[in-house]
Amino acid sequence: MGLNRKDLLGVKDLTVDEIRLILETAGPMKDIIGRQIKKVPTLRGKTVINLFYEPSTRTRTSFELAGKYMSADTINISTSTSSVVKGETLKDTAKTLEVMGADVVVIRHAAAGAPHILSKHLSAAVINAGDGFHEHPTQALLDMFTIKEKKGSISGLKVAIVGDILHSRVARSNIWGLTKMGAEVRVVGPSTLIPPEVEKLGVTTFTSLEEGLRDTDVIMVLRIQLERQQKGLFPTIREYARHYGVTAERVRLARPDALVMHPGPINRGVEIAPEVADGIQAVINEQVTNGVAVRMALLYLLAGGGNPHEAIS
Amino acid sequence: MALCEKAVILDADGIRRALTRIAHEIIEKNKGVDSIALIGIRRRGVPLAERLARRISEIEGKEVPIGILDITLYRDDLTTITHQPVIHKTEIPFAVDSKTVVLVDDVLFTGRTVRAALDAIIDLGRPEAIQLAVLVDRGHRELPIRADYVGKNLPTSKKEIISVYLTELDELDKAVIEVDTA
Repeated sequence: MGLNRKDLLGVKDLTVDEIRLILETAGPMKDIIGRQIKKVPTLRGKTVINLFYEPSTRTRTSFELAGKYMSADTINISTSTSSVVKGETLKDTAKTLEVMGADVVVIRHAAAGAPHILSKHLSAAVINAGDGFHEHPTQALLDMFTIKEKKGSISGLKVAIVGDILHSRVARSNIWGLTKMGAEVRVVGPSTLIPPEVEKLGVTTFTSLEEGLRDTDVIMVLRIQLERQQKGLFPTIREYARHYGVTAERVRLARPDALVMHPGPINRGVEIAPEVADGIQAVINEQVTNGVAVRMALLYLLAGGGNPHEAIS
Repeated sequence: MALCEKAVILDADGIRRALTRIAHEIIEKNKGVDSIALIGIRRRGVPLAERLARRISEIEGKEVPIGILDITLYRDDLTTITHQPVIHKTEIPFAVDSKTVVLVDDVLFTGRTVRAALDAIIDLGRPEAIQLAVLVDRGHRELPIRADYVGKNLPTSKKEIISVYLTELDELDKAVIEVDTA
């Protein structure tokens, strides 16, 4: 049994069985990262291209390492140094990469749907590494892997996602994934940062952080993008931190064994207090390690052979 | 694929006796078991390694460490097979360095699984030596690999299927020749 698809574009269209397969494959991959020789020969001769149209350190490095640990050749292209500045279209750039022999194209783009367009034009596997405010599926998968590893199972857990839900592709992918896996998901934030009709996705909305955190098993803190303040969505950073900053005192409202997660990079003292980010309930560093494992699993499942996909002419 | 049983090569007693003999041979060849570790290749090598470890401890009064090896990531046929195999955990709770590792599997056929296992173990460290124990050696090697301990040597035709059933995973203990009737 493999993944029944050529690309990973979002969590929304993954089945529960596919999510399970990805998370179960990531377990053995994590063991490889812990070894002295962090390499297996599985993707020898395959090429993974990271095509990043937005700045990123951890996601890009994570994909690069995942590819290298699997013995694939990985190449990074950041758009500031590429032909994109010469006006080449996304489709032409990608096609060029494919005819050079790319087996997997990992793309991050500011426009929602960019990976979907690519996937129609490429026979190579396309992995969405974040598209606009739409989805960031590998982040949600690594978050689910972390929760499952720590809690044993996702089903039945109360998960609070706190912060700028409106502009967060991480929140969107996690809402799809966690609800599919049977978690009870709450979104918590100022009403200006909560998308209208978000309840239709099967979540409960809280504008009070204290109420939202009560009895939760997982607190997922989102990065507050400082530029949102200029749009008037919240008055000041201090004001935001006062009402929605996850402090040690507020963490105590959740279950005593609650996990504190953050996709990074963190704004210490804004959305999360330093003592929480460094506290024993935080699993922020493990999320980073698990990210490499989950991406290794995806590279294996999408490019590890045994799953011939028809080329698109 | 519909499998039809053609002949029984080893019954439960046969398997038991073969494992007892192999346990003795491991002890004799290595002059004791002080640096021995057993590593079973998933899936049916795993219960066989556990049984061998029990026999060795009954004979020598010493416990030998056991590990589990999943060789999927090291297979040489991943790009040609149609069904992608699911990856399971490799669980080797000891350092392989300076150990004599005895790899355990149910059937030795082309030798490709053993080649993958050798690479996988060497990525974990540098054992003193690697030996191979199999319940059935059915011939048709495609690589220069041989077993150090063999339960039963069995000349086969390439079309025949040799299956080992073990009570840990199956209903009963037996090694059989099967043919595909479909």
